[in-house]
Amino acid sequence: MSTQDAYYVPHKATWPVIGTAGLFCMLAGFANFLNGSSTGVFWMFTGLLIFIIMLVGWFTLQSRESEAGTFNGQVGTSYRIGMMWFIFSEIAFFCVFFGTLWYTRNLSVPWLGTGTTKEFLHPLFDGTWPTNGPEKWGQFVAPDDPTKLGTHTEADFEPMGAWGLPFINTLLLLSSGITCTWAHHALIKQNREKLIQWLIATVALGFIFVLCQAVEYHEAYAEGLTLGTGIYGSTFFMLTGFHGFHVCVGAIILSVVLFRSWKGHFTPDNHFAFEAAAWYWHFVDVVWLGLFIFVYLM
Amino acid sequence: MSAFSAKGYEVKDHNTPQHHHDDHHDDHHGDDHHGPAKGWLRWVVTTNHKDIGTLYLLFSLVMFFVGGAMAMIIRAELFQPGLQLVQPAFFNNMTTMHALVMIFGAVMPAFVGLANWLIPMMIGAPDMALPRMNNMSFWMLVAGITLLFSTLFMGDGLGAGWTMYPPLVLQTKEALPFGIFSVHLLGISSIMGAINIIATITNLRAPGMSLWQMPIFVWTWLITAFLLIAVMPVFAGAVTMLLTDKFFGTSFFSAAGGGDPVLYQHIFWFFGHPEVYILILPTFGIASTIIPVFSRKPLFGYLSMVGATIMIALLSFVVWAHHMFSVGMPISGELFFMWATIAIAIPTAVKVFNWIATMWEGAMTFETPMLFSVGFVVLFTIGGFTGMMMALAPLDFQYHDTYFIVAHFHYVLVPGSIFMIIAATYFWLPKWTGFMYNERIGKLHFWLSAISVNVLFFPQHFLGLAGMPRRIPDYAIQFSDWNMISSIGAFVFGVSQLLFLYVVIDCIRGGTGIKATNEVWDGARQYGGGIVEGLEWTLPSPPPYHTFTEAPEIKSTIPR
Repeated sequence: MSTQDAYYVPHKATWPVIGTAGLFCMLAGFANFLNGSSTGVFWMFTGLLIFIIMLVGWFTLQSRESEAGTFNGQVGTSYRIGMMWFIFSEIAFFCVFFGTLWYTRNLSVPWLGTGTTKEFLHPLFDGTWPTNGPEKWGQFVAPDDPTKLGTHTEADFEPMGAWGLPFINTLLLLSSGITCTWAHHALIKQNREKLIQWLIATVALGFIFVLCQAVEYHEAYAEGLTLGTGIYGSTFFMLTGFHGFHVCVGAIILSVVLFRSWKGHFTPDNHFAFEAAAWYWHFVDVVWLGLFIFVYLM
Repeated sequence: MSAFSAKGYEVKDHNTPQHHHDDHHDDHHGDDHHGPAKGWLRWVVTTNHKDIGTLYLLFSLVMFFVGGAMAMIIRAELFQPGLQLVQPAFFNNMTTMHALVMIFGAVMPAFVGLANWLIPMMIGAPDMALPRMNNMSFWMLVAGITLLFSTLFMGDGLGAGWTMYPPLVLQTKEALPFGIFSVHLLGISSIMGAINIIATITNLRAPGMSLWQMPIFVWTWLITAFLLIAVMPVFAGAVTMLLTDKFFGTSFFSAAGGGDPVLYQHIFWFFGHPEVYILILPTFGIASTIIPVFSRKPLFGYLSMVGATIMIALLSFVVWAHHMFSVGMPISGELFFMWATIAIAIPTAVKVFNWIATMWEGAMTFETPMLFSVGFVVLFTIGGFTGMMMALAPLDFQYHDTYFIVAHFHYVLVPGSIFMIIAATYFWLPKWTGFMYNERIGKLHFWLSAISVNVLFFPQHFLGLAGMPRRIPDYAIQFSDWNMISSIGAFVFGVSQLLFLYVVIDCIRGGTGIKATNEVWDGARQYGGGIVEGLEWTLPSPPPYHTFTEAPEIKSTIPR
């Protein structure tokens, strides 16, 4: 394997425009679906398919180039900088929802339950957390015409406890962080067998986590805690939902890294894809810790 | 061949064209290394920073006229009181779309286009750091704007203003999800562009160029890119909550379920205030590049310029609620956001003083880029002063949501951002095309624009102070005169921009027939790069398809 001296500037990139078309198709289809169009779902999945084809194609191209020694160290640095700032943008995205939880819980809900707001609008509302609001919002009732606003049933709910599945999930994700690091050490020590074993463990722990989340969601919905259950349900499902999505993405990325490890890719000093996946996995891990503390425990 | 890498490079005379036909490339580089691909597909699959820069700039130019046409509709309706030309819903649609198109379609892409063209040439890099992603961020922009324009054909379209406050925005019909997904795509585009710019600046500078020697335009873009990555996801999160509130029954912004519509305003402006600095910081970089060249003096206070830019960027994260003084916040909040906002005047004033000090006793000439720059310094400062007026919370209750705020932000955006994008175009157009533009028409364009922009926006201060609300298609009879004057200014300003279009096309076609030299402007090489030699002025005009495949030598132009 020879490494290029020059900074690699690729030419004629076709995947970006294909991926853009796929994403456009997916979102336009989704918007049509939300507006009640019958063809929306078709375009959504067509777009998703195109997008997935793009991901497979683009990443295959990248890993081939990487294995052929196309990228010098400076290119690798660019990739690392890119991944770092991508994760930074993801942190900013999660901050919105953590900030929403903080603001509603500590400011706007107490404001709703005090002073003239309480006195004139809804004297029975005490403004304590967890809450589904002065009107005790429950299940969302979608309107006949999707462009109109929906309504909600009135319902009581039980907030999520921390020490059942969520605690198990915490242990799962934390240990997956450890196995991921062991895999990294094995890679650096050129122990291919251990690398693959620990990666399998990491991916498995990730998917078990997702499974547990699915079970938890199922129980929540069975007991009447839904996305429509006022601000508690909104913040709970939005935060854990986006996190769960990120765990899925992280686990898929790790699966690809596992596949590439099995194919014999990566060397101790050239394994950006592994590093990027590991960084992403640790990011997802830390977000979960935040969720466990602020959503479940407090 | 000595390759471009941090480890080794050799000093070369970089006055020679940067084509290296003798480079021993292998098959990874493809067969088109020496020039662009053939046919129209070149523009679809290109990874070249100059091609992508051109795409961005042309796209921005088109959007400038589309958004401008919407502004003309607004001013035509407001020419007289009463409803003459359009229905109120269409008027709301136009105010919303005008803002979104100008911000996300015209100004931001223009800056990204300038970044693409200039940053690699200014820091001596072979291209952007992540060329394939560079292509994708442009096409994501096109996809996002396409979704946005699709809403024009859906009933009343988007009409709740570009800020999209709930609960009003949730009354939007079919257009709402399209508008929201358009914001997502535009956000992805901006984040990818910004990551690319940061990676390029931090990793691809020619050996010998430290951070503290970078041209000031590069500095301002580095900071702008940081702001973009920090706040575009925030906007994406906010509109995602709008989507779930409308379609999936969440209650983030509904008090009945325990949420709060004011929460949206907080999140939106936590994005929105850094966003307005995203629209102005590269402008500062352009002014700090052009003014020294036409003053034949080094930029006054390079370090304080960088420091002021960083200060402005950091402060932009703690001032958002000055957009919401009248919404009903605790008095301690009002006071905090008032003082934090006023503090921004300090670094901004540092910049204005530095520009004036740069001009002081300089051997100044007034070619078109300089005219626009001087016009920018004066008129942007007026916008800054009205900003100070509105930063004062007690006074803001008088101006809030009136034409005063419309006058304020148009003073900082039109003679601010737009003027400097135009100035940058005149300044670098000869470098890009290899031909000088038509200076006489350029100057005419400046004088018509500078006069009409004041006729257009200055009366709006009076209208606002007298109480005329913004975003309303009709108004009370006592506002008639100033509205008519403002509209006349708008029409003159709009028509004047056709001169710009003519000059740009004429220059691309080589209409003047005057070939541009490498340096283009007398003094550009010495003063156009801040405290080092302006590298893009060492290249031929137009520069070859690939530049600085070998790192150039960095020469200090002023002793430090």
